[in-house]
Amino acid sequence: MSYIMIIVSCVFVNNIVLSQFMGICPFLGVSKQVKSSVGMGAAVIFVMVCATAVTYPIYLLLERFEITYLRTIAFILVIALFVQLVEMILKKKLPPLYRALGVYLPLITTNCAVLGVTIGNIDNDYTFTQSLTNAFGTGAAFTLALVLFSGVRARIEDCDFPETFKGVPATMIAAAIVSLSFMGFSGII
Amino acid sequence: MNEHSNWYEFSKGIIKENPNLVTLLGMCPTLAVTTLASNGIGMGLATTFVLVCSNLVISVLKNVIPKAVRLPCYIVIIAGFVTLIDFLMKGYLPALHSQLGVFLSLITVNCIILGRAEAFASKNPVFKSVLDGLGMGIGFTLTLFCMGSIRELLGTGSWFGLSVPWLSKHPMTVFIMPAGGFFVMGILIAIVCKLKDRKPPKEIGCSSCPHKESCSDEQKAECDGKEAEAV
Repeated sequence: MSYIMIIVSCVFVNNIVLSQFMGICPFLGVSKQVKSSVGMGAAVIFVMVCATAVTYPIYLLLERFEITYLRTIAFILVIALFVQLVEMILKKKLPPLYRALGVYLPLITTNCAVLGVTIGNIDNDYTFTQSLTNAFGTGAAFTLALVLFSGVRARIEDCDFPETFKGVPATMIAAAIVSLSFMGFSGII
Repeated sequence: MNEHSNWYEFSKGIIKENPNLVTLLGMCPTLAVTTLASNGIGMGLATTFVLVCSNLVISVLKNVIPKAVRLPCYIVIIAGFVTLIDFLMKGYLPALHSQLGVFLSLITVNCIILGRAEAFASKNPVFKSVLDGLGMGIGFTLTLFCMGSIRELLGTGSWFGLSVPWLSKHPMTVFIMPAGGFFVMGILIAIVCKLKDRKPPKEIGCSSCPHKESCSDEQKAECDGKEAEAV
């Protein structure tokens, strides 16, 4: 599969949030403003690409010793440590970037999209560069969904819903409509 | 928290503090695997197993695990049990295993489990932690079962694979598609709020986040500050 195909496939056709349901918690939690959703998206792209770069060689190592069943434990541990490390390095070396991404970094450890991407790369038999492309595309897809949805949410704040639907239920139904619009992309590949 | 009876610790997870519909945790598997009622039950039981075992182990080890590195420790314990259930399912229920796919591995990062470990098992005695895990797990399973039943009935016109007379002639395929998942979830949250006669949660914010205790004050302030601006 060519690299462009991978990117188009994960950004539009198989959008990680809207059609694969990974990373719903940050999608609903952080999409209140365009500014914070861009920050979260940038942090996720960064962590996804780096986590893929780290976990790919580790999987080769696990394969070498025939203990691939340990991949869930190994991957989540590596991601957790990596996120912690990135947070510490950014805090010391790049304070402006830390202030922009800092709040979101600890949240990313339990963002299932990151673990999902690293496991998906292995399941799809991607090569190293294909994996990196897939990770970047998935991160971009997450950012796109978050930014689009923060725009929608700004609008539904002003709408007059029945009392029981105000807040999260209305957000869910809006997410359903956004997801419906992404169904239009299915089948283009 | 110790004055509550054992029965309270068990039953609170089922309705009063239902992890999905009230505290809004663990959304990803709830939306993703509930295209069939049987998938919902399978996922729910697998999560219950991991929840009970990890609550048990974390509660036993709560005085041994150093506070500074507790989150990585919890995650390793949880991931261990997830690998176990993954193997068991592959061996005994291969069909369900392939249906659930990657979401079985993703139980590791289900925030319900980490949230209960952090908020309950790390502070309470062993027996109560097990009851808490069991209650929360059953609450989660019931929600998944409801979601799965609604989506399977409306989306394919059958229930556990048995076709339902009138509905099977007019299946609404949109309900088993991603959009239907969000829609049914929204309606269910609204119904639960109506039944409990209280306002739905305004936002998914800092208060229900499993990381809330590990965040620094500065980060919390920023989180809340952003919320205050948005409201």
